[in-house]
Amino acid sequence: MEWASWSDFWAMGGYGFYVWGAYGVTAACILIEVMLLKRAASDTRRRLKRMQQWEEL
Amino acid sequence: MNLYTYASPATFYHLAGRLIPWFAWGAGVLAVWGLYVGFFVAPTDFQQGEAYRIIFIHVPAAWMSMFIYLVMAFWGAIGLAFNTRLSFMMARALAPTGAMFTFVALWTGAWWGKPMWGAWWVWDARLTSELILLFLYIGIIALWAAIDDVKRSDRAGALLTLIGAVNVPIIYFSVQWWNTLHQGATIKPSGTSMDAIMLQGMLVMAFAAWFYTIAVALVRVRGIILERERHTEWVKDLLARES
Repeated sequence: MEWASWSDFWAMGGYGFYVWGAYGVTAACILIEVMLLKRAASDTRRRLKRMQQWEEL
Repeated sequence: MNLYTYASPATFYHLAGRLIPWFAWGAGVLAVWGLYVGFFVAPTDFQQGEAYRIIFIHVPAAWMSMFIYLVMAFWGAIGLAFNTRLSFMMARALAPTGAMFTFVALWTGAWWGKPMWGAWWVWDARLTSELILLFLYIGIIALWAAIDDVKRSDRAGALLTLIGAVNVPIIYFSVQWWNTLHQGATIKPSGTSMDAIMLQGMLVMAFAAWFYTIAVALVRVRGIILERERHTEWVKDLLARES
């Protein structure tokens, strides 16, 4: 194990701001992409179903 | 059953649906493993201290940014040559994730550059060509969105992707061709100068990024297939069964 304590871990040897700034935004990008993708998938299905119902009328 | 069966959007839609959970879970497990190695097993770098731990996302993201572009160019070329519908859809499904990884490569590079070089950004050949890659992704996505006719849109996007592919070797070899502030390649076909455990963390993270990309692209391509095949019987049946 590389770290004496959790505060030692978060400090990253004085580079905590940079390390977590890099990892935090990367995690946010991935979360946003997954969220947008889920929403787009359900939107597409809902829209296509509605169009289909219109065509049946 | 042959390979061409899977070129049919209807067959591929169902195949993709079965594959997605495997790749998504694979990505999660690999990311946990890679981050564990990166943060808890790999030692402190003797030159860069703990700041070097940014490479566990920076290098895989930079590899993916170039690799996804080449895969898009491949699908674009196949689509233009053989007029296969699914190839164009695959190219479209990959582009947003490619752009995301390009942004992540640039962002994490900046947050490593500031403590190590003293600058968030420099106009050196590696950084500039990677920024051009981001503009290419955005340009291709915008071009697709700007043309209403699907066939024309697909072909125009594929053409731009192929023209832009010249940038990928420029990015890769920029550190050899020019004097760059960015360091040279650590991992070459001839071997690596990297500590084995650091290398392991980086490679595991690269596989996690691969699995993530495949999962996300398959979800996206399924949406595109439904959209484009909405007038076919199989999509009508599928949606009717769901509602």
